[in-house]
Amino acid sequence: MAVTSQAEDEAELLARFEATVGRHDRIEPRDWMPEKYRRTLVRQIAQHAHSEIIGMQPEGNWITRAPSLRRKAILLAKVQDEAGHGLYLYSACETLGVSRRELTAMLIAGKQKYSSIFNYPTLSYADVGTIGWLVDGAAICNQVPLCRTSYGPYGRSMIRICKEESFHQRQGYELLATMMRGTDEQRAMVQESVDRFWWPALMMFGPPDAESPNTEQSMAWGIKRDTNDDLRQKFVDMSVPQAKALGVTFPDPLLAWNEERGHHDFGQPDWDEFAAVVKGSGPCNAQRIAHRKKAHDDGAWVREAAVAFATAVVEERAPVSVSKPGEGSEQ
Amino acid sequence: MSEIQDEWPLYEIFVRGKRGLNHVHVGSLHAADDEMALLHARDVYTRRNEGVSIWAVRSDAITASSPDEKDPLFAPAGDKVYRHPTFYAVPDDVPNM
Ligand SMILES: [Fe+2]
Ligand SMILES: [Fe+2]
Repeated sequence: MAVTSQAEDEAELLARFEATVGRHDRIEPRDWMPEKYRRTLVRQIAQHAHSEIIGMQPEGNWITRAPSLRRKAILLAKVQDEAGHGLYLYSACETLGVSRRELTAMLIAGKQKYSSIFNYPTLSYADVGTIGWLVDGAAICNQVPLCRTSYGPYGRSMIRICKEESFHQRQGYELLATMMRGTDEQRAMVQESVDRFWWPALMMFGPPDAESPNTEQSMAWGIKRDTNDDLRQKFVDMSVPQAKALGVTFPDPLLAWNEERGHHDFGQPDWDEFAAVVKGSGPCNAQRIAHRKKAHDDGAWVREAAVAFATAVVEERAPVSVSKPGEGSEQ
Repeated sequence: MSEIQDEWPLYEIFVRGKRGLNHVHVGSLHAADDEMALLHARDVYTRRNEGVSIWAVRSDAITASSPDEKDPLFAPAGDKVYRHPTFYAVPDDVPNM
């Protein structure tokens, strides 16, 4: 075998990596990958996983006060799904060489982020419906293209998640439609909720393309498939007829169909507010992290007890004084 | 208890979607022991009847081939075209073959 320098090896590995991505083939966990690709993925998948986990809180807020057993069962199932989504994504992230412990620690320490949408409070029961319709709806817009992302485990998690999201969106829309058939007070409650969540939902796609420095590299690597602005446009176009069918309006005076473009024109969210919420001064940032930390700390004794039990069972099955069969011999 | 010890070990989860199909890898999870791995797998990966059977295997018990495409492990398969039925010409008028 010819002796090659490390730099040559690296160049060949990079060429092979880029060829794989170029073919729209997937990168798998034990493949060589550029360190920056790995770090970008860890950051994005972790942020996504944390969003699912923190995202349980705003809706979980209403579980005990759901208006009927039917609604309570639906909400419980939906929130449980979000926990599952977080776990699929943590599992994908761990294939990149970070541990679950590190990820949880980073979230609690505020060193990794989660979607800014979950820093807004859920003030009325209609918010449960609005979150399902608009927040899960926006998440679906973001996530469907990610099913084809270049990193295999991430894409497979997204496929699994997307299958479940459709239930989330439909239950929310149905909830709102039920309220819209109710009293004037209920209709007003729905409209007020939609007014509060519309702009934060648009922010879920991230800053405008011109201010999203990582997008270009992420698209070249096949991590992202669409730009923030393209996805935001798609979401607006999808949501307008749904709002009309529901009988609600969006709080945007600039929202109008543009015949020439074949898309809706719309106003920009308050990007200063977005930056502030991302930095930590949203209405619920401190509460969300404090709650997550408390859940983690309160669970410490359970984790320890489970390990103690597992260790005791192993020792009972194979007492230390007796040599284990096959020990020291070639098998 | 040490920090390392209380990070539960990682398990790889395989689910048989329905009778007649192979178990397929669906992801991983942490559990303190084998029984807990199965219970967690049920909650995480089969909330909607996605499976009729689950395997949970400690990740550190899996031996894997090298991911390198040039790995000689798979090379011998490439030039053995005679292992595929299309390698053999059979006259068009021979039925059921
Ligand atoms: Fe989710
Ligand atoms: Fe969801």
